[in-house]
Amino acid sequence: MNRYTWRTLLLEAVMVLTAAAFAFPLYILVNLSLRTPGDSAAAMVPTSDPTLANYADAWRQAGLGGAIVNSAVVTGLSVLIIVVVSALAAYPLARVSAGWSRVTFVLVMFGLLLPFQLALIPLYQTIRDLGLLGTVWSLVLFYSGLQVPFSVFLYTGFLRALPRGYEEAALIDGCGPLRAFRSVVFPQLRPITGTVVILNTIFVWNDFLTPLLYLSGSPQQTIPVAIFGFVGQYTSQWQLVFAGLVIGVAPILVAYFLMQKHIIKGFAGGIKG
Amino acid sequence: MTHHAQPAPPSAASPPGAPAPPQPTRRRSPVGRIPFYFLVPALLLYSFVLLVPSGQGAVLAFTDWDGLSRGWSFVGLANFRDLLDDGAARGAVLHTVTIAVVVTIVQNTVGLLLALGVDSLIKSRNVLRILFFAPAVMTPVVTSYLWRYLYAPDGAINSTLEAAGLGALAQDWLGDSDLAIWSVIAMVIWQFSGYSMVIFLAGLQGVPKELREAAAVDGAGPARRFWYVIRPMLLPALTINLMLSMINSLKMFDQVWVLTGGGPGQATETMSTLIYRNAFQFGEYAYSTAVALVLTALVAVISAVQYREMARQERGAR
Repeated sequence: MNRYTWRTLLLEAVMVLTAAAFAFPLYILVNLSLRTPGDSAAAMVPTSDPTLANYADAWRQAGLGGAIVNSAVVTGLSVLIIVVVSALAAYPLARVSAGWSRVTFVLVMFGLLLPFQLALIPLYQTIRDLGLLGTVWSLVLFYSGLQVPFSVFLYTGFLRALPRGYEEAALIDGCGPLRAFRSVVFPQLRPITGTVVILNTIFVWNDFLTPLLYLSGSPQQTIPVAIFGFVGQYTSQWQLVFAGLVIGVAPILVAYFLMQKHIIKGFAGGIKG
Repeated sequence: MTHHAQPAPPSAASPPGAPAPPQPTRRRSPVGRIPFYFLVPALLLYSFVLLVPSGQGAVLAFTDWDGLSRGWSFVGLANFRDLLDDGAARGAVLHTVTIAVVVTIVQNTVGLLLALGVDSLIKSRNVLRILFFAPAVMTPVVTSYLWRYLYAPDGAINSTLEAAGLGALAQDWLGDSDLAIWSVIAMVIWQFSGYSMVIFLAGLQGVPKELREAAAVDGAGPARRFWYVIRPMLLPALTINLMLSMINSLKMFDQVWVLTGGGPGQATETMSTLIYRNAFQFGEYAYSTAVALVLTALVAVISAVQYREMARQERGAR
């Protein structure tokens, strides 16, 4: 059963055709983004006269530079906070069998079910009253809280399966619980931390509704909001719009291609826990 | 989502270099005395962002609050009665459930087939894994604009059909009110099938190779091997996949908002777009939270039913 048979060849052909169908939209995206404005050949015909001018124009007109910086700041800070508070919270939840621990675990897992739409309006009012609307801080705060249940869920599952030997030794030797966590437990959480970082980065970077609400009318924008505003203005110039879309999606795609091995592995491993 | 009761995966659970020490007697262990304050930062953030405002939302749903005035009063079930009388809201519930059910079934079927394909001996498997998962990483706003062009009357899908001599199949994919919701669904399936694939792949890697080979030696064909050997071991991955795709598609906003804006007319209005529109375009805050509360109930009920059913199957498979 480990030989490459004609059946495998047939399967290979089917899978490659499926992949071509999956890639078709991406081919169209890149193909159109390279066209000169007058080029009206059919969408799937490869460009005969490719140009990068659309990219320069889109970059200028969409203000993508500032948006990329904002997205990076929001994503970086949010993911950092999510990792620290979720790992810290998961530690007692996975290790302590007292009642308060179990009750809190159920309370946090309840958050997996709550659609944020229910919290949307009251939270919007609170953020407004605090004067945080239009700032990236409102987003950092939002994502840090919103992603706690899922991240705690991943960390707790992983921690429960982790042997207690090292931390026990450290604690018996008189190490404080915080220090034991920082220097013994947290380093052992690396595989799941990778997963938490990846999943949250994808989520925070791509999220649209929250920055649309919290940043609307301010010069601060994230990538999805900048793209939304840009395309709204230039709907008839497809080649320009498509160059903007490519730039908008490039950072997350480049990150994905560079890290894909770890992403697919870690992603799967983390979800399994 | 509450899947962690399963035995943890061996690959992820044993970091390199970690020994497997004998579990010492639990009662005396200092590990059981980790203090409560470790939970405080997470609980504060979670309460501030999700728990407290959700509670406020659940209360607001029973008031006449307009978002501006300081005062409001309880109106009982009036908002929910309005919701029942509101054709747009009934439509939104129907569209939301349709999208969630169809996406969940098709996305996971496609995801499973892709996973079985790239888990085989084909030479292109590594490249294909990367390719199939790539759309799931991409910003939904971007993919939605891309598909808006693909679906346009003079867009890439129609022009490709015409070039292939299939011009009769060309459609106004987003402008036809019967077709638009299916166009949205097709795009979501394209984007997230790779997501399901990756989770199924993780499950497939947990099926011991010897088990499959033994079944093959015993003369079981691919179909029987899948059903009796692989399927039972894929149930945990299936549980997670079904829960994730169901919950996410019930809450979906970006794709609908960018692709169709809920139109044409209100043919693709979902609960999420309705909540946004009512609150931030019409200022109907109380009514909007009532819709959100119905969405919450829907998510809770469907997840509970789904979870119980999957837990039953997983027990049966053992």
